[in-house]
Amino acid sequence: MEQPSLNRTEQLQEQLKIVKAESPWRIAIRRFAKNRLALIGLIILFIMAIICAFGPLFSPYELNQTNIKDKNLAPNAQYWLGTDKLGRDVLLRVMLAGRISLTVGLVATAISVVIGATLGAVAGFYRRFADTIIMRIADIFLALPTLPILITLGAILSDLKIEPSKRIYFLMLIIGILGWVGLARLVRSQILTLREQEFMQATEALGLRDSRKIFRHLLPNTVPIIIVSATLGVAGAILTESALSFLGLGVVPPTPSWGNMINAANNLIDFRKRPWIWIPPGVCILVTVTAINLIGDGLRDALDPKMKSR
Amino acid sequence: MSQYIIRRLLQMIPTLIGISIIVFAISQLVPGDYITATQNPNLTAERIAQLRALYGLDLPPVQQYFVWAKNMLVGDLGQSLQHQMPVTKVINTYVWNSFIIAFFSFVFSWIIAAFVGVFSAQFQYSFFDKVVTLLVFLLMSLPSFFIGLLAIKYFALDMKLLPTGGMTTAGLNATGWAYIKDVGLHMFMPVVVMTTLSVGGLTRYFRTGMLEVIRQDYIRTARAKGLKERTVIFKHAFRNALLPAITLLGFELPGLFGGAMILERVFNWPGIGQIYLASLNLRDYPLMLGFTMFLAVLTLLGNLISDVLYGVADPRIRLK
Amino acid sequence: MAKELVAFRNLETHFKTSAGTVKAVNDVSFSIREGETLCVVGESGCGKSVTAMSLMQLIESPPGKIVGGEIFFEGKDLLKLSKKDMSRLRGKEIAMIFQEPMSSLNPVFTIGKQITEPLLYHLNMTQKEAKARAIELITMVGIPRPEKIFHSYPHELSGGMRQRIMIAIALSCDPKLLIADEPTTALDVTIQAQILDLMRDIKTKRNTAIMMITHDLGVVAEMADFVVVMYAGKVIEEASVLELFREPRHPYTQGLLKAKPVINQRKERLYSIPGQVPNPVDLGENCHFHDRCEFCMEICKTKAPPLRAHIDGHKTACWLYEEEGKAQ
Repeated sequence: MEQPSLNRTEQLQEQLKIVKAESPWRIAIRRFAKNRLALIGLIILFIMAIICAFGPLFSPYELNQTNIKDKNLAPNAQYWLGTDKLGRDVLLRVMLAGRISLTVGLVATAISVVIGATLGAVAGFYRRFADTIIMRIADIFLALPTLPILITLGAILSDLKIEPSKRIYFLMLIIGILGWVGLARLVRSQILTLREQEFMQATEALGLRDSRKIFRHLLPNTVPIIIVSATLGVAGAILTESALSFLGLGVVPPTPSWGNMINAANNLIDFRKRPWIWIPPGVCILVTVTAINLIGDGLRDALDPKMKSR
Repeated sequence: MSQYIIRRLLQMIPTLIGISIIVFAISQLVPGDYITATQNPNLTAERIAQLRALYGLDLPPVQQYFVWAKNMLVGDLGQSLQHQMPVTKVINTYVWNSFIIAFFSFVFSWIIAAFVGVFSAQFQYSFFDKVVTLLVFLLMSLPSFFIGLLAIKYFALDMKLLPTGGMTTAGLNATGWAYIKDVGLHMFMPVVVMTTLSVGGLTRYFRTGMLEVIRQDYIRTARAKGLKERTVIFKHAFRNALLPAITLLGFELPGLFGGAMILERVFNWPGIGQIYLASLNLRDYPLMLGFTMFLAVLTLLGNLISDVLYGVADPRIRLK
Repeated sequence: MAKELVAFRNLETHFKTSAGTVKAVNDVSFSIREGETLCVVGESGCGKSVTAMSLMQLIESPPGKIVGGEIFFEGKDLLKLSKKDMSRLRGKEIAMIFQEPMSSLNPVFTIGKQITEPLLYHLNMTQKEAKARAIELITMVGIPRPEKIFHSYPHELSGGMRQRIMIAIALSCDPKLLIADEPTTALDVTIQAQILDLMRDIKTKRNTAIMMITHDLGVVAEMADFVVVMYAGKVIEEASVLELFREPRHPYTQGLLKAKPVINQRKERLYSIPGQVPNPVDLGENCHFHDRCEFCMEICKTKAPPLRAHIDGHKTACWLYEEEGKAQ
């Protein structure tokens, strides 16, 4: 049989008009880009992150700089968002608080994802005994009323007199540990379906180790679900952290967080007369969480339109 | 069906045991107890030891757990240290306050969500739909305490339309209709805020459900029969879209009796949520633990009710 | 010759997609007579289902739209009717059954409720009358123990039984036209035979006109009085069933018939028409079959052949039979 020359192959390709197939990732990115709301969310989140990350570098003020003579000023040219009762620049605090709230949200969710994905994968892959135990534990976690537990743990942190700066790490840990169940269930059911598919039979025939099967073949296919769940999880984690901080049990002063800045509203005069102290952080939470939800929803649409009919 | 229910109830038991252990263990991690929390400087060390023995706080933790667990089985949740009444009585006194707010917002949010969700799905891509979608995202992203505070600032303080908090006007000993009116006024904002917070997610749920159902073949069949579009949507489609929503009904149960802690704090509403928060501060363990278990039981029962309702509503499911 | 019941005239139904406009139905004209069984044959995507849905006016409105032509039913142009009037015809004078019986019935309503629905709505029967009629219908479509079936749910019935119920629903108001969109494709061959028997039965007993959409020539041979062959949105041949099988004129039809395996005939290789159905987006002015046709001429690439009857009752759209084509 004669070997067709390169020219001939190109000719054939021209004739048959072979088009390179698009990878699922590129298709997803393209779909995401078409979703206007999701793009708006992405832009808003990006702006928010940039402002919070780099804004303080441009501020003439310091975090704990208190100018008592400048206290309780309404927004003006010098202090764009006014000052609080200690004379601290509110804008700076909002930006710094943003760093904290966003970080806590991200890290806590990362913890949830790691725990949830691993447990879900193990439960889905090994089934039977491991599955039963993990799902039972999941049931217990689900039935636990999360806010009361978080509040209690927050109170413990206070009583143990943990330094505010170290306290944040504990906070990320406890919010993370209480949030793994949702993702675990999603991953588990996805893996239960995937393991029956033919490509898994191929890995069986190749004699691959279990861990290789899980981490190289099964989990990568669950990445879309994990991404969507994680994104929406960050939104939830930010809301949870802000609620805890509002109650004084999350991030505590002097570390600023959007939640504990709103706590200032518990002072009646601040509440009534000085809205610039507690409204901006609240608006920031709303805007950020909305943006993240829009992104998460756009991701869900882009990665698997079957997940939700639009 | 009854076999299924009994089996589920039995399955709840190990879960409840697990929860009780975890909750109790966490409470033991908290340094101090009721005696130290009240911080009464007049107590001598002797007196403290006496009180401890009286309340059973001097027993080793494991033993305390079993005492508590044993009592729970017979429905005795212990005595609230702070209120000096049985925990069950404390709960019973305050839970109904929480219930009325939760109940009204439950009813309103479901009705609004159903209508808006269905119309939004029917006119997908319309202006109405796009506005609804954006609004839903905003509502789902609201921090509860923030919207509560905003409402109080604008409606109570600035515009003086509604009272700032509490359930009744202080000093006003109204009865009958006047009392109902007074409570109603006070209830207005908490209910509106609570409805606002839950209506977003619900609307989305109904909308998604309807969108999925409208695409189904049997809707095409219904249209091919020449039925009015209204009939197709509200009889054929909605009935099917309602199925997944029915499972949500069960999950409302803990919310109805659990009290919204943060909102009750913000609005100073004398509900069980606020009482619970206070019990945490004062280390009133019996109340704390008792109420937590109460919530856990409600959650598990809610799950069960969801599944049972679903089995009843969907003829394809036969629970066994 | 029986009276004309349905007439499609220059129907154009287009779909807007992100890749371009798809002319799913591109200038289609044919008619169906009273009591006649007309089969519309063609490959997937040729526009046959869309033609039927256009008649029922059940085209999903974005992205599809009927952009031109007329559809006459008993002399009235359906495209000019109000929504209300059209919905009065649907289910009553014109009924339709679909391809997937497994999902075509509403899972939360009983069979009885779904059969009586059009009776109550269109014919204003009472509950009692409707129930009696429904039992009759269930028996008529060959299902035993109709009382039990009346109170059952769809998921308790097999695919074949569900399709029978669909037929019962369709026939409940005694329509003049029954549209069947690949009614047997999703069923086993033995059930297929039973359903076709049932439909033939209906045809003889009630003189219902049937518009059967299918890609299966076997079904065509069994059921059709008249056949319309579609390709890429256009009608390329139409004839009575005997005429079509005896003398297929269009190369595509010839290819279809050649491709059918015949019992007792030995072949090295089954014939298949070379090439693929063209991309439906933005098809140009030409004979859409030209790139697969062994008789392709220059004119086929640049001009679309008209649908013309060269023998009485047998129309073809092919340059081979046109003056301009014969000249080449």
